[in-house]
Amino acid sequence: MSSVGTAEQALTIGVPHKVIHPAWVRVTHWINALAMLLMIGSGWQIYDASPLFGFEFPKQIALGNWLGGALLWHFAAMWLLVINGLVYVSLGLLTGRFRRKLFPLRPSEVLRDLLAALRGKLAHDDLSVYNAVQKLLYLGILLTGVVIVLSGLSIWKPVQFQWLTSFFGGYNTARYVHFAAMTAIVAFLVVHVSLAVLVPKSLRAMIIGR
Amino acid sequence: MARQRKVLPGVDPKLLIKDAGKLLPEPSRRLFLRGAASLGALAVLSGCDIIDGDTSENALRVVSKFNGRVQAFLFNPHTLAPEYPESMITRPFPFNAYYSEDEAPEVDADQYQLEIGGLVDNKKPWTLSELYKLPEVSQITRHVCVEGWSAIGSWQGVKLSDFLKLIGADLSAKYVWFQCAEGYSNTIDMPTALHPQTQLTLKFDHQILPRAYGFPIKIRIPTKLGFKNPKYVTAMWVQNNDAGGYWENQGYNWFSGL
Repeated sequence: MSSVGTAEQALTIGVPHKVIHPAWVRVTHWINALAMLLMIGSGWQIYDASPLFGFEFPKQIALGNWLGGALLWHFAAMWLLVINGLVYVSLGLLTGRFRRKLFPLRPSEVLRDLLAALRGKLAHDDLSVYNAVQKLLYLGILLTGVVIVLSGLSIWKPVQFQWLTSFFGGYNTARYVHFAAMTAIVAFLVVHVSLAVLVPKSLRAMIIGR
Repeated sequence: MARQRKVLPGVDPKLLIKDAGKLLPEPSRRLFLRGAASLGALAVLSGCDIIDGDTSENALRVVSKFNGRVQAFLFNPHTLAPEYPESMITRPFPFNAYYSEDEAPEVDADQYQLEIGGLVDNKKPWTLSELYKLPEVSQITRHVCVEGWSAIGSWQGVKLSDFLKLIGADLSAKYVWFQCAEGYSNTIDMPTALHPQTQLTLKFDHQILPRAYGFPIKIRIPTKLGFKNPKYVTAMWVQNNDAGGYWENQGYNWFSGL
């Protein structure tokens, strides 16, 4: 157990104003939120230039006003997303936070907590401890983040990184993978934001840490 | 490929409108940045001037320029674009431009001459019959459009690096600039011009390049996005200054490497 972990654990026992989210988590969280909004909004505009399915995203919610504008946003915000993501993942691994917060993850507990959540009986009194459904979702969204960045890279550089493009099933398939990852992230956001609104202290914790 | 493209392949109505509004380039360019005030962007950025006007435009273009340098760094002159079997050629291969097919330039083969200029020893213009006599190379590669769709085509012509050597071009120059019959233009970097698959294309699928695909000359660059593959080419200049290009000047990334 790292020293940070010990400190955090010490704080969990009977201290009223314990830190739930350290500063680095809060900073990277909100930078990621901005980067995600910019990437998704501009991504929708880019999608509209050559839709994969029989629908387009309404212009009112797409960023950049035209394809060229959206591409400028997309390829600028990607640096924010990737650099911030690398900082977050590095610190998550180095401080042991991922290991502590997301593991162990047992299928039986996921099932139990999912059923409890659906009956509205999932307790949420200690925000510093994730239930099994949260663990699964946070782990899932981390992996989805990796997939969306790598599939995006494979669409951007299908010649220089052709091995990566092949890994995603070729250029055309990689576009679908990239789209599917976006869909998963948007679906996660709907649940994530709804729950933050339902449990306002979780939102407060992500802003001021306590 | 998008269903839309089958009606008027590659013609994005929004881009057409934008094109029509080119008499007012500045306001229209600002417009798309103001349009950034959508989704949550406004909510997040409200209170800042960043969305409005030149600040945002300049900032995004600075990043785009930086991205160009990153792409030039990632570009490996020895990495070849994947080639495909004939069975995978997209048929019909889409016509693609910012205008409709019946508006495509009609170049008179007998009158045509490829003009050569800039840092080149032999600036003698080339007729088509002279060009058709040069050694032919062939490729079946994927054309990737900036819009996202792609199509596999078969192109034959002269290796551009061989042609540049033949005319005594200064290969240490930074850029090659292409001018096209309808006023389109592109500037490309010399490393890309010298890439083994960059082709001065005279044929599509072993037939003289049809009007739809850029008769008489297309520059086929499988390591760049489609808009960086000029068609109806009438002049080629080797030079050290960046002369920009039709879409590049409007905001598409200059390097646009694949």
